[in-house]
Amino acid sequence: MIRLGSAATIGLMALSRIAQLVAVILVIATFNFVLVRAAPGDPAQVMAGQSGASDPKLLEDLRKEYGLDKPYAVQLASYLGRVVRLDLGYSYRQRRAVVDLILERLPATLLLTVTAFCLALLIGTTLGALAGLAAGSVLDTVFTVLSLVLYATPVFWLGLMLVLVFSVTLGWLPPFGYETINVKLSPLEHVLDIAKHMIMPVTSLAAIYLAIYARLMRSSIIEVAQQDFIKTARAKGLSGPSIVVGHMLRNALVPVVTVAGMQAGALVGGAVVIETVFAWPGLGRLTFDALLQRDYPVLLGIFLILSIVVIVLNLLTDLIYRLIDPRMTTGAA
Amino acid sequence: MNRREFTQAMLAAGAAIPFGITRAAGQTRGGTLNTIIQPEPPLLVTAFNQQQPTLTLGGKIYESLLKYGADLKPMPGMAQSWEISPDGLTYTFKLFPNITFHDGKPMTSEDVVFSCMKVLTETHPRARQNFARVASAEAPDPLTVVFKLKQPFAPFLGCFDCTSAPIVPKHVYEGTDYRKNPLNDKAIGTGPFKLKEWVRGSHVHLVRHEGYYLKDQPYLDEIIYRIIPDSASRALALENGTVQLAQWTDVEFFDVQRFKAQKNLEVTTKGYEYFAPHQWLEMNNRIAPMNDKRFRQAVMHLIDRDALAKRVYFGSAKVATGPISSKTKFYDGKVKRYDYSIDKAKALLDEMGLKPDTNGKRAEIKYIVPPYGESYQRAGEFFRQSFARVGIDLVLVGTDMAGWAEKVGNWDYEMTQNLLYQLGDPALGVSRTYVSSNIKKGILFSNTEGYSNPEVDRLFDEAAVTLDEAKRLELYSKVQQILVEDVPVAWTLELEYPIIYDKAFKNIVSTGIGSHETFGSVYKS
Repeated sequence: MIRLGSAATIGLMALSRIAQLVAVILVIATFNFVLVRAAPGDPAQVMAGQSGASDPKLLEDLRKEYGLDKPYAVQLASYLGRVVRLDLGYSYRQRRAVVDLILERLPATLLLTVTAFCLALLIGTTLGALAGLAAGSVLDTVFTVLSLVLYATPVFWLGLMLVLVFSVTLGWLPPFGYETINVKLSPLEHVLDIAKHMIMPVTSLAAIYLAIYARLMRSSIIEVAQQDFIKTARAKGLSGPSIVVGHMLRNALVPVVTVAGMQAGALVGGAVVIETVFAWPGLGRLTFDALLQRDYPVLLGIFLILSIVVIVLNLLTDLIYRLIDPRMTTGAA
Repeated sequence: MNRREFTQAMLAAGAAIPFGITRAAGQTRGGTLNTIIQPEPPLLVTAFNQQQPTLTLGGKIYESLLKYGADLKPMPGMAQSWEISPDGLTYTFKLFPNITFHDGKPMTSEDVVFSCMKVLTETHPRARQNFARVASAEAPDPLTVVFKLKQPFAPFLGCFDCTSAPIVPKHVYEGTDYRKNPLNDKAIGTGPFKLKEWVRGSHVHLVRHEGYYLKDQPYLDEIIYRIIPDSASRALALENGTVQLAQWTDVEFFDVQRFKAQKNLEVTTKGYEYFAPHQWLEMNNRIAPMNDKRFRQAVMHLIDRDALAKRVYFGSAKVATGPISSKTKFYDGKVKRYDYSIDKAKALLDEMGLKPDTNGKRAEIKYIVPPYGESYQRAGEFFRQSFARVGIDLVLVGTDMAGWAEKVGNWDYEMTQNLLYQLGDPALGVSRTYVSSNIKKGILFSNTEGYSNPEVDRLFDEAAVTLDEAKRLELYSKVQQILVEDVPVAWTLELEYPIIYDKAFKNIVSTGIGSHETFGSVYKS
């Protein structure tokens, strides 16, 4: 249970972190800008080259239109000015506002990654806890081997194998896409249709993270089980389930939450591969295409949004720490 | 064919048109064609983006005055007939009546003049070069367009396919910033299909343009282009019938054979005659040892191009004999041939003084692998093994699209592979790689190898403005002989991309521009 004092401390901490956020975002925006420009390649040249007959006038027009003819410092200042005004700019290649491009792709990616993340966390920690509690048993061995195999499996290969089995051989699931195109469905049918399309991409994406959480939870449970306070609880005559739920799980979850917080951002990176294999219309694919085309505004926009997401997730992770482990609120060891 | 005969042939072609547009027996209306588009086009207005996927998809939405058959002869597009003045300076096109844009407004000669002389000269590099030759363009009446050239330009009639001169609505674009016009999202053209929906990252849905000017066309109700980024998934989609058509690089060359065995599918390499994709090993002529003609000739000898065609491209290619594709006009096959001979290659390298050291190594050359798919990677490996046989260590360097464009465009490379479309006529698609006036730093697909020969420049220039076909053939034969001797680049293959489609669909390939065609005449049996 959280004491009032703890709640006030958490509130202050949250405010302090939010204040830091703005400064961090500007630093990140600057870093992103420099990083993206450091990669070889010129967006105007890529776009002009794609026409198959580029000429100096087209290059000059494109550079002028997108401000690429100005010094880097001017471009950076202009970019940061736009960030402050919450303006993510205009895509060189797609000739549309970056914010529109991101917003139309974000829901599909969130649906995929959040579902995969929740599933991986829920199933991974459950399996890990069961394996940890039964350390050394057959169940533990099976779980451990299974999670090791999943962890070592390349995500694209798993995706393709699922397609081969469930789409090509069995014909149970659609091989790719977000929804069935060009059919009229009731709202419920539509939801079910999307869910059906999600099964394989979500499974592929969740598998690797599930393995990570399972392994982490297993070792964490084993470690916590050997702590003195667990022995004390047992000595006091507490029942097995109440020790597990009330004492072990809460302590064992701390490293899992840390890793989960860090990896939530990385999920979007993993989604690039899955979105490609399953033709999933999400942000990962948009990022990949923008990178190939050196579409700086789109890349910077996505990087910025993802950076903010990671910062917010870290903030949430900190808050969750304090909820599951009051020692962090009081500063006790 | 002399100029008079040429003009008569053009008139005859125009007169024959009405017979070519009537509906033949067996063509039924209705049906959906599901196909692939990859990578996803950035926009659909072909006047502003000329990437291959944009042209494939935009070809259904935007039209031009002409089309070209497999023999590259002009066929009616929106122009039902045309005339060329005897001096080759005036081109008069008569448009079909009742052509309308997708917003219901009529398409007239004013739109053609505006598109060619205002929009395309601003936004379309290839069209800019073509229409820069026009002294004036007029619209004397709503159905007549007259182009007057500054000087004769023999392939001018070859500049009006839907990829080179797409017609856009004047009432939408006049007085606006063309590239930023909000109606670009609507993609308003005159083609048989109009844009219904574009779910980015998922699909583009085209539906019938009910006001299309050709009777009964289009036969299909709709075309759905599915965006499928992964090649294995694309092959699967074709295999299980999710899509009924694949074109260009939708399917990897190594997958083509298995589709030939699938009974419901037709595999053809027709429909690329106008583009005639021509591939070569590009060598930077500015630096040693590539600056020595003997080295470049040795390269022609050391690559077993038959094996390259069979093993890397699985038969979907033909060995190139020189700068002009056998599918392009004025091809001359009677040029010097470089047979596969390691001995001849070694002899040439010895002669130029590039002898092996004690380890048997003659040189180390960096080869940038073009980032355009698995076949390019495999071709790079093939070249590495070929060069190793004569003691040259080819070091493969990987990069992405932007990195490749920057390196090659800025001449910061030693060797790479390149591919260009020939566009039906050497003056449109071949000379640009070899004339010294097109050595332009920073510009991709120019004369990036840096070859310069005043005689070649003269011959290409003269052939472009000569109207007499026999004379042009003579000039292009000469230029081919010189180039094959000089080997500015080592021509490898004429690629034959497949078009794979469900046999239930007819007329998928009806012209020399294949899958870029409007598909108005495609029907489902």
